[in-house]
Amino acid sequence: MSATEGAHPGLNIAHPHAQAQEETETALFGFWVFLMSDAVIFALLFATYGVMLPATVGGPTPATVYEIGPAFLETLILLTSSFTFGLASIAMKHDAPRRRILGWMGATLVLGLAFLALEVRDFMTMFAQGAIPMRSGYLSSFFALVPLHGLHVAAGCLWLVVMMAQVVVFGLDGRVRINTLRLGLFWHFLDIIWIALFSVVYLQGLIR
Amino acid sequence: MTEPLWPALLGRFGWQDLPFVRAWADPSLSEIIGAGAGALVVVGGLAVVVLITWLGRWGYLWREWFTSLDHKRIGILYVVIAFTMLSRALVEAVLMRMQQAAAINAPGFIAPDHFAQLFTTHGSIMIFFMAMPFLTGAINYVMPLQIGARDVAFPLLNAVSLWLTAGAAGLMMVSLVIGRFSTGGWTGYPPYTELAFSPDVGPDYWIWAVTLGSIGTTLSGLNFAVTIYKLRCPGMTLMRMPMFVWTSLCTSILMIFAMPPLTVATALLALDRYLGFHFFTNDLGGNMMNYANLIWLFGHPEVYILILPAFGVYSEVIATFSSKELYGYTSLVIATMAIAVLSFTVWVHHFFTMGQSANINAVFGIATMTIGLPTGVKIYDWIWTMFRGRVRFSVSMLYSLAFMMTFVLGGLTGIILAFPPLDYLVHNTLFLVAHFHNMLIPGLLYGMLAGYHYWFPKAFGFRLDEKWGRISFGCWVVGFYLAFMPLYVLGAGGMTRRSQAVFEPAFRPWLYVAGVGALVLLSALASLFVQLLVSIRNREANRVPVGDPWNAGGLEWSIAAPPPEYNFAVIPTVNDRDPFHGDKADGDPYAPPKRYEAIAMPANSMTGPALGGLGAVTAFGLVWHMWWLAGFGLAAGIATIVARSFVRDLHRTIPAAEVARIDRHWRRDIRKAKPVGRAVEGTRANRGLAEVEA
Amino acid sequence: MPECSLIDRLSARVRRRSFRKRSPSLASTRRCLATAIAATPLAFVGGCDVLRLGVANPAGPVAEAQWHLLLIVGAVLFFVAAPVLILTPIIAWHYRLGKKGNVYRPTWTFSWPLEGLIWIPPTGIVVGLGFVLWHYTIALDPYRPLPSTQPALEVQAVALDWKWLFIYPDQGAAAVNQMAIPVGRPVHVSLTSGTVMQSLLIPQLAGQIYAMAGMTTQLNFAANRPGTFRGQNTQFNGLGFQNQKFEVLAMPPDAFEAWVARARATARPLDPAALDGLMQKSVPPEPILYSSVPPDLFQTFIARTQEPSR
Repeated sequence: MSATEGAHPGLNIAHPHAQAQEETETALFGFWVFLMSDAVIFALLFATYGVMLPATVGGPTPATVYEIGPAFLETLILLTSSFTFGLASIAMKHDAPRRRILGWMGATLVLGLAFLALEVRDFMTMFAQGAIPMRSGYLSSFFALVPLHGLHVAAGCLWLVVMMAQVVVFGLDGRVRINTLRLGLFWHFLDIIWIALFSVVYLQGLIR
Repeated sequence: MTEPLWPALLGRFGWQDLPFVRAWADPSLSEIIGAGAGALVVVGGLAVVVLITWLGRWGYLWREWFTSLDHKRIGILYVVIAFTMLSRALVEAVLMRMQQAAAINAPGFIAPDHFAQLFTTHGSIMIFFMAMPFLTGAINYVMPLQIGARDVAFPLLNAVSLWLTAGAAGLMMVSLVIGRFSTGGWTGYPPYTELAFSPDVGPDYWIWAVTLGSIGTTLSGLNFAVTIYKLRCPGMTLMRMPMFVWTSLCTSILMIFAMPPLTVATALLALDRYLGFHFFTNDLGGNMMNYANLIWLFGHPEVYILILPAFGVYSEVIATFSSKELYGYTSLVIATMAIAVLSFTVWVHHFFTMGQSANINAVFGIATMTIGLPTGVKIYDWIWTMFRGRVRFSVSMLYSLAFMMTFVLGGLTGIILAFPPLDYLVHNTLFLVAHFHNMLIPGLLYGMLAGYHYWFPKAFGFRLDEKWGRISFGCWVVGFYLAFMPLYVLGAGGMTRRSQAVFEPAFRPWLYVAGVGALVLLSALASLFVQLLVSIRNREANRVPVGDPWNAGGLEWSIAAPPPEYNFAVIPTVNDRDPFHGDKADGDPYAPPKRYEAIAMPANSMTGPALGGLGAVTAFGLVWHMWWLAGFGLAAGIATIVARSFVRDLHRTIPAAEVARIDRHWRRDIRKAKPVGRAVEGTRANRGLAEVEA
Repeated sequence: MPECSLIDRLSARVRRRSFRKRSPSLASTRRCLATAIAATPLAFVGGCDVLRLGVANPAGPVAEAQWHLLLIVGAVLFFVAAPVLILTPIIAWHYRLGKKGNVYRPTWTFSWPLEGLIWIPPTGIVVGLGFVLWHYTIALDPYRPLPSTQPALEVQAVALDWKWLFIYPDQGAAAVNQMAIPVGRPVHVSLTSGTVMQSLLIPQLAGQIYAMAGMTTQLNFAANRPGTFRGQNTQFNGLGFQNQKFEVLAMPPDAFEAWVARARATARPLDPAALDGLMQKSVPPEPILYSSVPPDLFQTFIARTQEPSR
């Protein structure tokens, strides 16, 4: 059987036989299902945020505490990180030298950490203005929704580190490839969530 | 509250948190019962440990069961958890009924605080740690066999789900010995469960036990759905899947999408309690109505998560014990899917009385009635399945018949509750309690018990004792009617649920009848255990090694009982809805394979027990504010996952010769066995080889 | 306590009056008949009194309409359930293994007429019931004022642990665990909670509605005969939950005026000290009447929730 027959629609996982191909599809399908379940969690937190938006109880309001500049910068960084991860995936598909794959993964990691640093800085600024989650229902819902995305990004960064270590230790074996594909799905998923966050939370907050 | 000891190390734990100390300080009957329950957990746990050590079985249990990734072993462990927790929660129910019967214009013997913990643990356990593990275990055991698979899609994840559930169930048991449980009911409605009103550890135990369990369940649902979509054997198209697989699929989809709302609800409540957020508090913009929506957005689909697998069991059992193919398969599939979809559209009927507009209530009321339609269709499909069949009144079949008669009554009262103006009257009363027990006891427990009797011979290789099965069945049915029919009357008379004491002498006769019913239900459970012991003692006489004791048509019956680890020596190919019936009709159901191949099975892993244990440790640390312990558990859990991802040797290969040896041994059993007709399937002549009827 | 003996006398009078007033009008005869039919099987165990406490013994137009609805739905459902309850045992027994001469069709799995029979008539019933449900849900909306020539009596109910405070803003009086209402005049209750969520139910007069902190819910009902009816909180709210009952005294208008006058004469104002006492978790052994209430007390309760908890 030739390598092309066993090719994944998106990426060549270079498994020579059909069973491995099926296993890959099952693994990725399972991860899609997980992401959908995770999406329900975000959907509910978005809904909670929407419901609690008026509950400012005389405290800070969206218009007073959001800074659109840093949020926009975070958006750019996260979108770029998705792009760099895509380049890592393509490098893996074409069996590029390990150094190149690690390079793009490393770039993604740096961008992810930069995103997190900026986000933490945002939160610190809000805290300094008295916009703490204990102040009102609205701030509670903000600090459940946005940091949960941040936690996901942090988990993604940890995962990136683990994957880079595994690329070094094992090379591009079947499991490394599958897990890199899963990580890719996860990372792009977080992008989509962030776009919703940016629109629903930050852009809406601009309406004064 | 008492002074905590060494806060840095033990968090908010104090000596008063031990029920033994409380009972010593205040030797009332209520406290002594609490201490007795705690002692039972400690002594029972120790007894099990000592027994296993004495028998020298730790190695065996660890290798063959705890670290096993075999879906059949995992399924059985789930059912063990379910029976253990059922025993505790049923005893709690009996205590509550006794208290109510004793507390008519009298204090009774259980203090209000203890009573409130009883109804909270009873509900939480029955839903999350009896019903869910039971059905998850049944799906785990049966579904891969029915679709001709060797295991589920993600065997390790399956073990993780099991051990998270076990860890959560363990946390429930620990709450009997250390501290106390929530008094906020199984739904944990805030603001009552907020720090301002329940500052103790109880709600925290509830939050973390439920959260651990719900994460495990979400992962199980994911696993099952992917298994059904991806691992069916060749020829098993969707419309050839057994009904149990269909209902498992619908349940799994519901788990994937309905458990996250529960996780969100408990997580937000935890943020309120631990970090001072204001989601559901009375002050600073909190709003408990959000919680009601979240919990019931989970809670209503949950009802169908619980009931659908039982519907699948009944479809299998009724067809098999009527010696017929299932009537109206397509109708049943459509009805199952319709129920699954509609289950997401009715959650508001749990709080018609929250003051929303009449139009909203009317819409949700009508949606609720609509679910009655596909459910009714299913009942009629089962009736037509018996029509022109040859019905055998086995224990499984008796449960199915009792279910059909009883469930209809529950459905009736469900329609009554679907009318908002009627719900206004009986909401929060014993009428509601009677209604949901009337749905869940036939719609879940009877189904699981029917499945237990039906598939037990497959799982262990011998049939369960018929006589004790019938005694137990009789007790479950009589006990149900005695215990719950009076509650309808009491509810219509305005008796609220969760009442520790009663002030209306008119309630007395009904409470007495209900109390007797509870005792009959307890003897039903006792009979089940007696049945198990008797069956194990007589196992040689009741062996069915060939594996087809009921002349059934699914793939799971075409292999040995108990099945080999890899299920199928050769993956079957099907071209029919009841493939094994087809093979039997063709005259050669046990054709040996042309050649045997080596089979790769997932190797054992201790990741599951490790994650379950660490999850429970983290939760325990969080409950008691032992931050170091929670931090350790969380960090160790993450480290375990990372470490596991570096393991490369994931499979154990069973050589072709070994497969051939096991298969040939089974074929010797087939040759030795005499085919039996259906009239004598309950006798020891039944070795699991069915006589093919003309 | 002087006024509790008064209450006893009053309620005794109300009971006598209600006894006298039970003339055999058509409606009440029908009601008694329906109750009797429903209660017949229960009479054997001597527990039929239980139904007199609840939905089967309505004492006002709202509860009466609800009881009629229950009878309608019950009658329809009887026909829905009967086929299953009859067919299941008959078919199972008739087609039992070992009975000679039965037709046996193991592969018969489908019939269009039967499919039609199990899908279409039930759909018709659900559609029909849907219309009934819509009509009654709108008509019995607890927020909908009752049609009447008299203005509704305003009562503000505050759920506390473990008691109910009823404020009569127009009369300037208040009572704990006792709600007096004039017979024949609609009552409009506004509810809120000074603590956790609770639910107010007076089974013989109207359905329940939640009382939640920071929010107002409403309930409209009326009594059409004098009597003492049990009211209660049905939502578990702590250790005194089972004791949180109150009495509704439905009395003729002049007796109601006398009740108000008596409350105002108690010289026990609902001042901040009294209010603080009520906020404590407790079960008052007797109903308490208050001679005056601060203006806007109800709104004060709602506003509390915006502030940080104390």
